[in-house]
Amino acid sequence: MIAIIDYGAGNLFSVRNALEYLKIEHTISADPAVLEAADELILPGVGAFPDAMRMLRESGLVPVIREQAAKKPLLGICLGMQLLFEKGVEFEETEGLGLIEGSVRLIDAGGLKIPHMGWNDLTVLNPCALTVETQNGDYVYFVHSYRAETPDETISCYTNYHERIPALVHRGLIYGAQFHPEKSGSVGLAMLRNFAGLAGERK
Amino acid sequence: MLAKRIIPCLDVQNGKVVKGVNFVGIREVGDPVECAVEYDRQGADEITFLDITATHEGRSTMIDVVRNTARRVFVPLTVGGGIRTVDDFREILRAGADKISVNSAAVRNPQLIHDAAERFGSQCVVVAIDAKRRPDGGFTVVVNGGRIDMKLDAIEWAKTCEQLGAGEILLTSMDTDGCRNGFDLELTNAVTEAVHIPVIASGGCGSLEHFSEVFEKTGADAALAASLFHFRELTVEQVKDHLTSRRIPVRR
Repeated sequence: MIAIIDYGAGNLFSVRNALEYLKIEHTISADPAVLEAADELILPGVGAFPDAMRMLRESGLVPVIREQAAKKPLLGICLGMQLLFEKGVEFEETEGLGLIEGSVRLIDAGGLKIPHMGWNDLTVLNPCALTVETQNGDYVYFVHSYRAETPDETISCYTNYHERIPALVHRGLIYGAQFHPEKSGSVGLAMLRNFAGLAGERK
Repeated sequence: MLAKRIIPCLDVQNGKVVKGVNFVGIREVGDPVECAVEYDRQGADEITFLDITATHEGRSTMIDVVRNTARRVFVPLTVGGGIRTVDDFREILRAGADKISVNSAAVRNPQLIHDAAERFGSQCVVVAIDAKRRPDGGFTVVVNGGRIDMKLDAIEWAKTCEQLGAGEILLTSMDTDGCRNGFDLELTNAVTEAVHIPVIASGGCGSLEHFSEVFEKTGADAALAASLFHFRELTVEQVKDHLTSRRIPVRR
C-alpha cells in the first residue's frame, strides 16, 4: 500500500489516477498512523516552497515523514521533490525536510522562458530502481521555476534547460522527481510502477 | 532540449465530439474520452477539450468527460469553454484537468486571471485569445466566434494577461482559422515577441508544412489543431515524423 501524503498542497488527483490505472494499492492520508502502516510514501506538491513547508509543519507531519523516510521508500514529486532537500531559497530561505543533501534555487534559464514548462528529455547519470526502462532521450513533463542544487552522486537523471537540472534524484530509499511522472505518458508510468515494485522487494 | 508540443483539440458538445470523427478501432465514434485515448496513443503532448455546450446539464457532462479521460490519459489535459469563475476552475481541476483555458470571461473580467493564478498557480491558467486583423493594421481581440470586436489590442491584451499571472497564451487567428492556408505567422510572432510565457499557435493549419513553418518562422512553443486530426487527414505521429525530419525537437 502506497500512502499519498495529503497536506493541502498537492495535486493528489493525477497521482491517484495514475496509481489506479496501474492497479497499485494506495490511499490518500494525513494520518500519521496510516503513513506509518504504509509500505511506501508519495509526497506530491504544487505551489511555493515556503507555503508547502508551512503546511507540512502545521499538519505535524514533518517528524513523521523524517522518521518514516528512514524505513520505507519515499517518492517526492515536483515541489514534493524539492522539499526533500535541506533548504529552499524561494522568496525567503526556508528549511526543507533535509532528507537529501542540497538546496533549491531559481533556474538560471539564460533568457529562456520561466517556468520551465513542457516536455524535456532525460539523460541517465546514475541508474536507479526507477530507471530500469529509461533511455537517454526519453521525454518527461516539467512545470517548475526552481531547481535542486545537489551533488552528482544523488542525481539519477538530469535534463538541460540552459543549465543542467536534476530531474530524478535518489539517495537510499528516497527518490525525487522534478517532473510529473503521472503526466509523462508511458515513461512516467513505468517509473511509478518501478517505485511501487520496491515495496514487494522489501517484504 | 524542450520539445515543441503538438496539441489536438476536441470540440465537445453535450458530451460528444462535435466534428465528425471516425477513428478506426474505437468503441464509440464521437466519444471524447475514446478520442483523447487515441490521440494519446498517437503521441499527443497535451489534449485540449473545448466545451461548446451552453447549458448547465452540458457542463456536468463535461466534468464526467474530464474525469473519465484523466483516468486513462497521462499527459496534460486542458479544458476550455464557459469557465467564468474561480469555482469553475476548482471544479474542473478537481475532475482531473491540469490547465484551464479562459477566453471571453477573462476579457470581461481580467481579475479572473489573477485570482485563478493566485489560487491554483499560473501553470494552470491558459488565456485563449481570438485575434483578428484591424483594417488600419494591428490585431484586435474578438469574442463569440469572432462576432464581437472587444476593441482591445491583441498584443497589449497578451501582455496584460502575462502581468495578471497567465501561464500560457492560446492564440487563435480568426483570419486564418478554418482557411487551412497555414498559421498566422505575423500574429504569432507579434505575440511571442511581446510576452515571456509560452504561446500555442492555433488556426489555419492545413498541412504538415504548416506545422514546421510555425516553429521555424515564429517563437511558438506549441501548435494546436482540431479538424486536421478529427478527420484523420493527419495523425500526430505523421506531424512528429515531419518535424523530426526538419530537425525540430519533438517528444518521441
